[in-house]
Amino acid sequence: MKKLLTVLIICLLSACASQNKQSAEVDDPAMRSGGSGSQDGANSGNGSGFGLNPLRDPNNILSQRSVYYDYDSYTIKSEYRELVLAHARYLRDNGDAKVLLQGNTDERGSREYNLALGQKRANSVKNAMLLSGARDHQIEAVSLGEEKPRATEHGESAWAENRRADILYQGEY
Amino acid sequence: MRVLTRYCYLVLSLLLWGTQAHATLNIEIFGGGSKRIPIAIVPFSQEERLPQSITSVVTADLERTGLFKMVGTFGQTPHEPGDIVYTDWQSRGTSAIVIGSTHLLPDGRVDVRFRLMDVAKASQITGFTGVIPSDQLRVAAHRIADIIYEALTGDVGVFSTRIAFVVKGGNKYALQIADSDGYNAQSIIEYTEPIISPAWSPDGSKIAYVSFENKKPVIYVQTLATRERKAVANFKGSNSAPAWSPNGDKLAVVLTLHGGSQIFLINADGSGLQRLAQSPGIDTEPNFSPDGRSIIFTSDRGGSPQIYRMAISEGNAGAAERLTFEGSYNVSPRFSPDGKSFTYIHRNGDRFNIALQGFNNRQVQLLTNSKFDESPSFAPNGKMILYATEISGRGILSVVSSDGQTKQRLSSQTGDIREPSWGPWLKSQRNNHFIN
Repeated sequence: MKKLLTVLIICLLSACASQNKQSAEVDDPAMRSGGSGSQDGANSGNGSGFGLNPLRDPNNILSQRSVYYDYDSYTIKSEYRELVLAHARYLRDNGDAKVLLQGNTDERGSREYNLALGQKRANSVKNAMLLSGARDHQIEAVSLGEEKPRATEHGESAWAENRRADILYQGEY
Repeated sequence: MRVLTRYCYLVLSLLLWGTQAHATLNIEIFGGGSKRIPIAIVPFSQEERLPQSITSVVTADLERTGLFKMVGTFGQTPHEPGDIVYTDWQSRGTSAIVIGSTHLLPDGRVDVRFRLMDVAKASQITGFTGVIPSDQLRVAAHRIADIIYEALTGDVGVFSTRIAFVVKGGNKYALQIADSDGYNAQSIIEYTEPIISPAWSPDGSKIAYVSFENKKPVIYVQTLATRERKAVANFKGSNSAPAWSPNGDKLAVVLTLHGGSQIFLINADGSGLQRLAQSPGIDTEPNFSPDGRSIIFTSDRGGSPQIYRMAISEGNAGAAERLTFEGSYNVSPRFSPDGKSFTYIHRNGDRFNIALQGFNNRQVQLLTNSKFDESPSFAPNGKMILYATEISGRGILSVVSSDGQTKQRLSSQTGDIREPSWGPWLKSQRNNHFIN
């Protein structure tokens, strides 16, 4: 009897320990590489670069519209710098173009705090764009917080997909 | 050996207790036994003929507070004081009995009479009589529960107040208002875009909330009686986290006009924008003290989200003082109605739970132990806290007593529910007709 109970306790303790491990806030960029922004350009038709709106040409980096972030972070990771820079140059060269930057977060925690965190993500993209020649009046940075998740499952891969800022041009929202 | 065995039994019983709590979906009540007031509620005469039982609503209201112990009626069904054999009730440890009668009138209304009797003194404590339209029987029941609660505890009851929350069903979001037990829910607005952060005006006539219908968060104020609504904060960037000042003149709001989320003040009609505080990081979730002299809010200025307080005078804020120090994630603060403590969400490992903390002793008490608790909101008497939690991925509302002893889910709801906010007392709620 004593042995059995000891075993039970050990099982319980190790169950607790492994549960705690699950909460490790690890981000895996590999799981979504190449996925960013593909939903925007995918249906834009004949694939030829000529006469195609560069914003919708799947072969153009401008068709990529999503920047992904680590947990509780709003730092633009190096793999997204080129993308943000390309949009900044487009805005610089097309003075009439305007964008809405929407920051998003995963579902964990306070909705209002997540809204503020999503704002920081949108702001990080806006600031990078301003430094590269875009003008303030061309950009509105807003947050959707955890309210409009692209991935609706509950778990790390869905959370990683939702820690994101999206770039939308006028007419797309 | 003995100690070990005992410890094992404790672990085992905790396990069993845990399973039981999961199996019981509607009510989970534990602890607090010694202080509870033993009360018997006898079903009113001819209640079975009514479209809505009264005593079942009264019983559920009182049980939710954790302050009462329901004593069975053992087959005795007195309806008038003369029917009561006090010695029988005394021997069962009952200190109060609720009795009453109902008469369905030819016009469909119901004549309701109720009395609260003191068993030890064999006398009436209080009573109520009224002719009630049949669709108002739940309202009458909540009033009766308020009368009983006040007579036996000395505090004013909150059963006749209302709550607001957001229901998500499919791709639709509805801001709803319901009775304090979650019944009689009515949508005041429905959209295909999210709605968050409903906040009652202090007089209960309006609700401020954040809607995403314009592809970004914008703050609206809606008048309940007319359903008329107005965007009061629709500035460039995000507009969120509305909080009413105690006199209803102003709203503290969170705007991103200058980049990050910062707290501003506006008049309740949207005019008179004024910056309240300035910090390099996130400031959000403001909440006014009951005397209007300070606000508490969430800020990440120290590196992690924590709760701060700052004094306000003439629309200017003083220095912010950090209030929470345990853990790396404390958010969503709300003052207790007496201003002596505040509730908030504390991340506890991988769980998000309701915490209560006094301003003087700084002692932190965790009131819940579920996985994802959100949006705590005090009842107007400070004795209960309404919050959102999650069961199998679906949001539901739950109420915990401020001593953490009693928890109960509001089980009437369907859909995915979030963002609850407990409304204030209304003046009209306190005009009862007493009988002696």
